[in-house]
Amino acid sequence: MADKKPLVKEFTKGLIAENPVLRLVLGTCPTLAVSTSVMGALGMGAAASIVLICSNIVISALRKIIPGKVRIPAYIVIIASFVTIVQMLVKAFFPEIDESLGVYLPLIVVNCIILGRAEAFAGKNSIVASALDGMGMGVGFTAALLAMAFIRELIGTGAINGIQIFPADFSMLIFILPPGGFFVFGMLIALANKLAEKKGKPKAELHGCESCPMAASCTLISSGENCDVKEATVK
Amino acid sequence: MTMTKELLAILMTAILTENFLLSKFLGICPFLGVSKKLNTASGMSMAVIFVMLLATAVTYPINNFILVPNGLAYLQTIVFILVIAALVQLVEITLKKYIPSLYSALGIYLPLITTNCAVLGVVILNVDNGYNFAYSMVNTLGAGLGFLVAMVMFAGVRERLESCDVPKFMQGLPITLVAASLTSISFLGFAGIVDGIFG
Repeated sequence: MADKKPLVKEFTKGLIAENPVLRLVLGTCPTLAVSTSVMGALGMGAAASIVLICSNIVISALRKIIPGKVRIPAYIVIIASFVTIVQMLVKAFFPEIDESLGVYLPLIVVNCIILGRAEAFAGKNSIVASALDGMGMGVGFTAALLAMAFIRELIGTGAINGIQIFPADFSMLIFILPPGGFFVFGMLIALANKLAEKKGKPKAELHGCESCPMAASCTLISSGENCDVKEATVK
Repeated sequence: MTMTKELLAILMTAILTENFLLSKFLGICPFLGVSKKLNTASGMSMAVIFVMLLATAVTYPINNFILVPNGLAYLQTIVFILVIAALVQLVEITLKKYIPSLYSALGIYLPLITTNCAVLGVVILNVDNGYNFAYSMVNTLGAGLGFLVAMVMFAGVRERLESCDVPKFMQGLPITLVAASLTSISFLGFAGIVDGIFG
């Protein structure tokens, strides 16, 4: 029971301090794409969280069996299997959500958050810690998606999930169009940076290999080598 | 005649109105990550086009001659991602060995492409839309060219941004995203243009 406190921390760190979307800047594609409605965001968040928790548990359980060299392909197979299961369940029980998520549902496979957590956490930690990490990251992802979707749907249509908050005449359609997604995301990152700065934490930034969401797949081929693109971009 | 027209319409739609980066949000990571310089942006895009076309050419027969006839269509996601991962690795090895000049141009970007959602995305979209082989290839080419156009445009925007005096709280990623938003607005102008010409 002595390690109870760190375990709780594995869960809570994903919520704010290491929020996958706003702090680690992972999973930007689904964040921008499905945040046009609160229901879509909720569906995406839930689907990705389930995949994340399940794959974290399985990968952690198999971490001593999977040889280091083929770990990324193995992770991809595990993740893809859970995505397929979730895809079938959603198609069967929530056809409307399946319709609103469209191609982004199978694309959970390449969601950087999931592969990133497998590589950075589940492959090295115990099952319980990995499950909690998955839950925390899943909730953090869902919360960030919901925040985005709430702002976009409210300003874009004047309504939240069909309930009119202010007259649609005053709404700004651009917020639910693609440019609005980029804009709201930029503003949320700026806000998160501001809050982080107050606490003396570094800014969220996409640069080099450390935060490169594809770093995991990088090692697939050039294990041990530095990511050349980093030098190419920094030069 | 109608077929050529349809193919052209698919191509233009994929490049302009349904641009992968700016309206479908597929492949945002390289869009934000590798778009600082014009030459890296175009190099990355060329590698994406190359892998996308190869992936479509390989997954189409696998899907239509192996998965669908055997009732295994539900395995699409798993099979596609594995095929793409294997393909990227094969391409890298082949290029390194036989065409070093092309490898030095595209090689460094290849590892980044395995988990690029644009590649898996275009393959899945081709299947979802029920395109035949020619339509799939043209749609893929359009998606890739659209990727290139958006990356190059955005790299230009970002090079300008470097010399701008950005407020402190917006520096870095936030201003990049706002710039992306404005770039995306310019693509909204194409809405309806394809229907107008080919419809």
